[in-house]
Amino acid sequence: MSHATYLRYELVRTFRNRRFLFFSLGFPLLMFLLIAGANQSKRLDGIPFPLYYMTGMVSWGAMIAIISSGTRISAERQIGWARQLRITPLSTRTYFRSKVVGGYVMALLTIAVLYVAGSMLSVHLDARQWALMTLLLLIGLVPFAVLGIMLGHLLKPDSLGPAVGGVTSLFALLGGAWGPLSTSTTFVDIVKCIPSYWLVQSGKVALGGPGWPPLQAWVVLAVWTAALAWLAVAAFRRDTARLT
Amino acid sequence: MASTMHGPPGILVSGLHKSYGPVEAVRGVDLRIDPGETVALLGPNGAGKSTTIDVVLGLAQPDAGQVSVFGTTPADAVSAGRTGGMLQTGSLIEGLSVRELVTMVASLYPHPLDVGQVLETTGAESFAAQRTTKLSGGQAQRARFALALVGDPDLLVLDEPTAALDVEGRHDFWGSMRDIARNGKTVVFATHYLEEADAYADRIVVMARGRVVADGPATQIKARAGGRTIRATLPYADLGALRALPGVTGADLRGEAVVLACSDSDSALWALHSAFPDAHDIEVRGAGLEDAFLELVSGDQSEVAAP
Repeated sequence: MSHATYLRYELVRTFRNRRFLFFSLGFPLLMFLLIAGANQSKRLDGIPFPLYYMTGMVSWGAMIAIISSGTRISAERQIGWARQLRITPLSTRTYFRSKVVGGYVMALLTIAVLYVAGSMLSVHLDARQWALMTLLLLIGLVPFAVLGIMLGHLLKPDSLGPAVGGVTSLFALLGGAWGPLSTSTTFVDIVKCIPSYWLVQSGKVALGGPGWPPLQAWVVLAVWTAALAWLAVAAFRRDTARLT
Repeated sequence: MASTMHGPPGILVSGLHKSYGPVEAVRGVDLRIDPGETVALLGPNGAGKSTTIDVVLGLAQPDAGQVSVFGTTPADAVSAGRTGGMLQTGSLIEGLSVRELVTMVASLYPHPLDVGQVLETTGAESFAAQRTTKLSGGQAQRARFALALVGDPDLLVLDEPTAALDVEGRHDFWGSMRDIARNGKTVVFATHYLEEADAYADRIVVMARGRVVADGPATQIKARAGGRTIRATLPYADLGALRALPGVTGADLRGEAVVLACSDSDSALWALHSAFPDAHDIEVRGAGLEDAFLELVSGDQSEVAAP
């Protein structure tokens, strides 16, 4: 009984899904190349624009990648594969773990591709900064991994696509992944309560920016993760009861 | 039913009730299946076959009643890899070849069979390299059969395994099934087809309207289900005398009417006419399965006294 085999084929399936690769990987990459490429010599907040924009696109792309694990859950429910799996010894825990790991692998791939693209547009960081930024990104993604699972059990595939698009765009916009929305202190105080703000800041902290980790970042991430996990469990229960 | 088997029964269901909203899918099912038996659940749509199967596989929780599989709960039997199932609905996930998918599922079981061997047994070898999205209906069914088998389960549950197949496909499917059942597995399959149940099961459990209405060896069930029924108005009839008529296998009273189950309705009709000249309003009907069992076997109080 090796869950490695199961996980391996899960990943194989994900990589063979071209539509998914295009939207999760290709879209943020394309936006980065177009917009950062056109503003290569500009600076924003005293930071070179490509670097600033890369951190935003990295958070957005990684967010899409990890929430998309919900798309796969929803599709498997729809076609009855979830029922087929429930009559195998695969535990619910392992099922979710494989989905989360799959989401993280895709997120890492998105991050890596954007780092490479950034380096091509003269983004230079030392090894410690790359590593710290990546680590904080991965931690900042936790609530979004849970959100993906929740959506996967709440929605059917046809409504999930738009939902993932809308939710990720809203979080990206408010969190500042596409650039700062407003500098008014009230606005910043509000968006500091949503997890995507800290996801975006995880890029900035590696730049020596103010970013996190202040205590607030950890509290916001923990509260969102707990609340979404509670909702995800409720959605899962309701869903498996209906499946039967 | 007396059992000569040692150890717990393969499946033991007692007093099972299960409703979905206002629909009472299963209304009091008792069933015992011993290890090594091949049993057909025969009945029309809505008989409660799939619901019973879902409960045995742990996919549904009973509203009332007890269910055990090899002496444990259905969920424990599933976790231990002792059950394998082919569900009525459900497609295969995309992005993998048939061989990859079967290998993936095999990896979840403690003692899986050799994947190549299973693909051969189920006749899936010729299209094993194809993606799951590029299969014909019959091929997909074989692939699903391979998924049910690959964990080498002790109990194999098949919910209308041939529903999507043509006559030839059915024949091939049961051809491979026979070899597998011979290996001492407990096999339960649901079907609409009496011929299928008769040809491949040791025992047939007939279900209708959420209940078991007949349970016995295939030959016995077939004899009962294959005939016709005669219905006639005959007040104060002597059931014993009616049952003794040539061609009659059973008789029952419905108020002033009698219902005769017949193996030979022609002889029975002539005999009835000469022995009971005052029998009138005579109807002879080819008993569909459901009719035969509802009329005769389940001539129980609840049907008669139903509000």
